[in-house]
Amino acid sequence: MVSVYLDHAATTPVTPHALAAFTQQAAQGGNPSSLHAAGQRARRALEDARESLAATLGAHPSEVVFTSGGTEADNLAVKGLYWARRDTDQGRRRILCSSVEHHAVMDTVEWLERHEGAEAVWLPCDAAGITDVEAVRAELERDPESVALITVMWANNEVGTLQPVAEIAALAAEHGVPMHSDAVQAFGHVPVDFASSGLATMAVSGHKVGAPVGVGALVVRRDATVTPVQHGGGQQRGLRSGTLDAAGAAAFAAAAADAVGRLGEEAPRLAALRDRLVEGVLAAVPDARLSGPADPALRLPGIAHFTFPGCEGDSLLFLLDMMGVEASTGSACTAGVPRPSHVLLSMGLSETEARGAQRFSLGWSSGEDDVEGLVNVIGSAFRQARQAGMAGHESVIRTASTR
Amino acid sequence: MSGGVDSAVAAARAVEAGHDVVGVHLALSRMPGTLRTGSRGCCTIEDSNDAWRACDRLGIPFYVWDFSERFKADVVDDFVAEYAAGRTPNPCMRCNERIKFAALLEKALALGFDAVCTGHYAKVVRDAAGNPELHRAADWAKDQSYVLGVLTREQLEHCLFPLADTPSKAEVRAEAERRGLSVAKKPDSHDICFISDGDTRGWLADKIEMTPGDILDETGQKVGEHGGANAFTVGQRRGLRLGRPAPDGKPRFVLEVRPKDNTVVVGPEQLLAVDEIRGIRISWAGAPLAEAASGEEFACTAQVRAHGDALPARARVVHREGAQGHEGADDGELVVTLDEPLRGVAPGQTVVLYQGTRVLGQATIDSARSLARPSL
Repeated sequence: MVSVYLDHAATTPVTPHALAAFTQQAAQGGNPSSLHAAGQRARRALEDARESLAATLGAHPSEVVFTSGGTEADNLAVKGLYWARRDTDQGRRRILCSSVEHHAVMDTVEWLERHEGAEAVWLPCDAAGITDVEAVRAELERDPESVALITVMWANNEVGTLQPVAEIAALAAEHGVPMHSDAVQAFGHVPVDFASSGLATMAVSGHKVGAPVGVGALVVRRDATVTPVQHGGGQQRGLRSGTLDAAGAAAFAAAAADAVGRLGEEAPRLAALRDRLVEGVLAAVPDARLSGPADPALRLPGIAHFTFPGCEGDSLLFLLDMMGVEASTGSACTAGVPRPSHVLLSMGLSETEARGAQRFSLGWSSGEDDVEGLVNVIGSAFRQARQAGMAGHESVIRTASTR
Repeated sequence: MSGGVDSAVAAARAVEAGHDVVGVHLALSRMPGTLRTGSRGCCTIEDSNDAWRACDRLGIPFYVWDFSERFKADVVDDFVAEYAAGRTPNPCMRCNERIKFAALLEKALALGFDAVCTGHYAKVVRDAAGNPELHRAADWAKDQSYVLGVLTREQLEHCLFPLADTPSKAEVRAEAERRGLSVAKKPDSHDICFISDGDTRGWLADKIEMTPGDILDETGQKVGEHGGANAFTVGQRRGLRLGRPAPDGKPRFVLEVRPKDNTVVVGPEQLLAVDEIRGIRISWAGAPLAEAASGEEFACTAQVRAHGDALPARARVVHREGAQGHEGADDGELVVTLDEPLRGVAPGQTVVLYQGTRVLGQATIDSARSLARPSL
């Protein structure tokens, strides 16, 4: 059976270049904090990686703090900025947060509400998932002194909508409020330049661009004050204690350099594939609804997200999986129970509509075969999934108590 | 697959028999716990992981299917409504009827599967004409045909019970061990899965308005007070907290729960004995007996509890004028006359009828009385 991998937004295969960088440094070993020759070799590899990654991010090397991934980076940014701001002024407790954030940000904000006296302000978005800039302005102007931070992702991980990060960052700057952005899905897929972004902090992750899972980074502007979450040996400016992962950093830098270096050709290539995928899916399933902005330029080139009326997303996923196509419902099911996506609900979809969600995401190893593989089976998968329909809601099997 | 040993071994046997098997864990709660505690509760993340690991071991795919809405509507809300009406429901039976062999089966059929395979101890056999019949499992001590007695022919057509002929549970555990399934020594689950601490009365107190009222004896004399009639079950002895002992000094039992006037009637054990049970919402596990349609009396055994004995009885269906059920279900009234009186039969419980090892069908108990004694 052909295997069609259309879940690059979950994780993309490790590139040969990144794998070579990883194994070379892992084999060499050494703790970058050790003072002897082996330690210094490891440190050199790590700092080379930091410089290289910083260059791809448009950041200064000292602004790059390596983490275990995007979630850790988001936690460090949101908690760290909140604590630092609140501790200098007890009145700054409001967190302006987009309502389509990844759980790494959303749940962190909710945790700060429950445990640290924060007050979350969920910023509305339109039907395409674009955060309302005017709502940010209104919230800022209402009481600028009470705002601890703003957090708006660069691009949404489910539907792929690009967010007006620059506009919001400009508003934030007017009021001297630090802004964080989760750029995990954007980095390496659309141009991301930290220096000109106006952001205080930005989270990125290695395995979305071809590095192994387990490495990410928080970019922290030099003048941003962030209270550390994790304490220990004081590595990385004391912002993130813990033995430095030179092999992971080397792999991340290698993958990022390739992704960003080839962005000029790769983004249009993926966008063309995506457009063909969208066209093919809509031709096979006219009832399907493409999510996100109508203008493809406002979406990530690699993500196509649909809702399929009358289907359960997990039925569709199962049927596609049986046919060799690997996709995603797009939403997290951390509790083992698939829930309708908060992103889709924020975009104004009903719970029933949101249940029929399916995300197809392309990456560096995707080709026309993958699009064709999906387009060939989506019609029959859809028809069968719709038959399975809403078995979770009402039954047609008559039983002892059905009258 | 619950994450327990029975469903894991059932899956292993189904795979070995050559079926194309996919493991499915039912998410029945929107707020699953993280870790399992003791033998109570289920559907925790840990249980789901145990099921997943069993599938890994068997080399089959694994999915979690969310039936939490259906489970709440069809099982949990029904459980609460039945207690509120003064009856004693069996939620496991209801779950088999409405969730495992309806919602799950229906979704599975639509997705291209042929059957739902579970770790229940029961057996489906075919009669000469190819009709499915439900029978007791080989191991009568573990037999679960009672809680499956509610299945209709349409449902039985799509059931696989690979543990049917297993001589004992110990055998299943040994087999799990041999197959390298990590759940081999996992304790059995007991009680009602959605009441994690086993305190049914405490759980119900949050859902049903409990109003204090009187406890009367069989003569109508007030002998105590209760915190809410709905929390009581016919046959219950504990938790009555009667101030005065009975004149004969013997323990008293709940004889009747009357939600209408919020009273509980208690009395001596012998008054619990009944020999006529009337049931509604009849269903037949496969082809109904000819007598069911004709209304003639037939000999059978009757069982009213999951772990009770089946007692010799005679049964007949009283058809109501103009009433009609769908195929497999019957809108008549089932009248079961027991050869020997039985104690503690509560409305809401299920009476399952057998002939030998074969399950004939079931009905929900509407009333029970002693033919020799006038009603209270």
